[in-house]
Formats: sequence, C-alpha cells, structure tokens
Amino acid sequence: MQIAPPDYDRMFGALADATRRDIVRRAIGGEEGVAELAEHYPMSFAAVQKHIAILERAGMITKERIGRRKVVRTNLEGLRLARSLLDQYQELWRGRVARMTALVTQDQEEEDA
Amino acid sequence: MTVTAVRKNPETLTMTLDAAFEASPERVWQLWADPRQLERWWGPPTYPATVTAHDLRSGGRVEYHMTGPEGDQSRGYWEVVEAEAPRRLVFRDGFADANGRPNSDMPINEVRVMITGVGGGQTQMSIESVFPDTAAMEQLLAMGMEEGLKEAVGQIDAILEEDVTSTTGR
Repeated sequence: MQIAPPDYDRMFGALADATRRDIVRRAIGGEEGVAELAEHYPMSFAAVQKHIAILERAGMITKERIGRRKVVRTNLEGLRLARSLLDQYQELWRGRVARMTALVTQDQEEEDA
Repeated sequence: MTVTAVRKNPETLTMTLDAAFEASPERVWQLWADPRQLERWWGPPTYPATVTAHDLRSGGRVEYHMTGPEGDQSRGYWEVVEAEAPRRLVFRDGFADANGRPNSDMPINEVRVMITGVGGGQTQMSIESVFPDTAAMEQLLAMGMEEGLKEAVGQIDAILEEDVTSTTGR
C-alpha cells in the first residue's frame, strides 16, 4: 500500500499513536497550550511535548500565539488530507483489481489469437 | 471494472472488496503467486513494484520496493500468514526501512484474499483488508473513516459555526 508520498507517511506515522490522536482531537478547539494538554496524560511533560513536536512536523497541528498564550491547534486541512488518503486506499485496491483484470484478459486474447 | 462490491465495516475496521474475473481460480491465484505477475498490478503505473523476494508459504516472506517518478523508492514486505493455493492467502503488509528491515513506526495491515470458482468459467475474489488492534492503523482508520473523523468534523463544524455566530454578533 505504498503509494503514499512522504508527507502522507509522516502524517500516518504521527497519527499511529493513541496519545497523539487524542491530542489532535483535543486541539480542534485550539484552547489549550502544551502545559494544559500535558495534564490530560499520565506521562511526563517532556513526553507530551515530544508527541506535540511529532504532530507539528507532520502538519497535523500548529502552535498559535493568542495574546500572551501559545495554544495548540489542530490543522483541519491535515485531517482532511488524512481522510482523503483513506479514500485513496479504497481506490488503490480498485486500481489493483483493474490491473489484475487487464492481465487476465490479456491471456484470453493471446489464447484467442 | 470488475469490482462488484466494496464494504467498509467500522466495527471490525475492515474494508472488503469483491471482484469477479472471467478466469479460473488457478489463473487468479497466479496473479499473487507469480512474482512477475504481481509486479504488474501491485503498484500503480506511477509507482511500479519490483518484487525482490517471494516465498508464498505460511511463514514465508515477500519483499518489494516501489519506485516513484523521481526515482524515489519505498520498501515494503509481506509476512505470509496463510497460503493455500488456489483459494486462500493471508498476509501482513508492512513498511520496511532502506535496509529492508520492518519499520515498526508504520502501520501494518492484514490482507485476506479468498478466491472462489463460481462456475461458468468465473471466479470471485474477495479481498478483506483488516486493521486489527495490534496494528496502529486500526484507530487511525476508525478515526479517519467513520466515527472518529465524523466526530472531529462535527466538532469542526460546530466551531466554525460558533465563530460565524460570534463574529456576526459583534
């Protein structure tokens, strides 16, 4: 299933973790900063910071300055891209079946010839 | 196009695709069992596959890479769980690093293929692609495909509406 260009790889790698998915969900509203987000998880601040950095590199979240605060916000476009990849997954298999059909049809034509 | 049905089941995190072929089950099996045939359909035309190892037996391994238009390569492998010619194949498809070693950061998905002769020279092939709880992709798909993302999108919509309301209210 490796049709994914590198950005998708990174995005899926980033989302392939329950904590990071939870961060993405929580950050949709863009209300909390890193420290506030970190309080939701039974892990060190540094560990949460690391998850956030991975999400940021993958383009799934951004950090925004609102007044004096810096909040973490989900990149909605990133989520849409992830969804479109899932549709592509289905298309991937449709494409494969179409190529399989072409191969099978080809030997029938050879037999007929 | 011979795809006859596609089903996505969010509870079992499965995508099932049915296809019909004007060929025998043995011929359809060859599409998987012959590495040169496999190369001709596994990758899209822009990312053709090269199969470098192909041991299609239970416990066996298939290794491949796909080459993109820029010459970029991505590697993958199958761990063959079950192979019963010409009717059943189960494998776990994963990503590998540049040395061909499994990349455990990337999701693995299990693919189950059933090939059944239906008479009249026709064969049905059912491909079930499963994202089990052992695979990181599971929740990702749940999130992306159905509930999770729907929920997220619902929240997004609510937030956007809220923004509009508060802006117009000002």
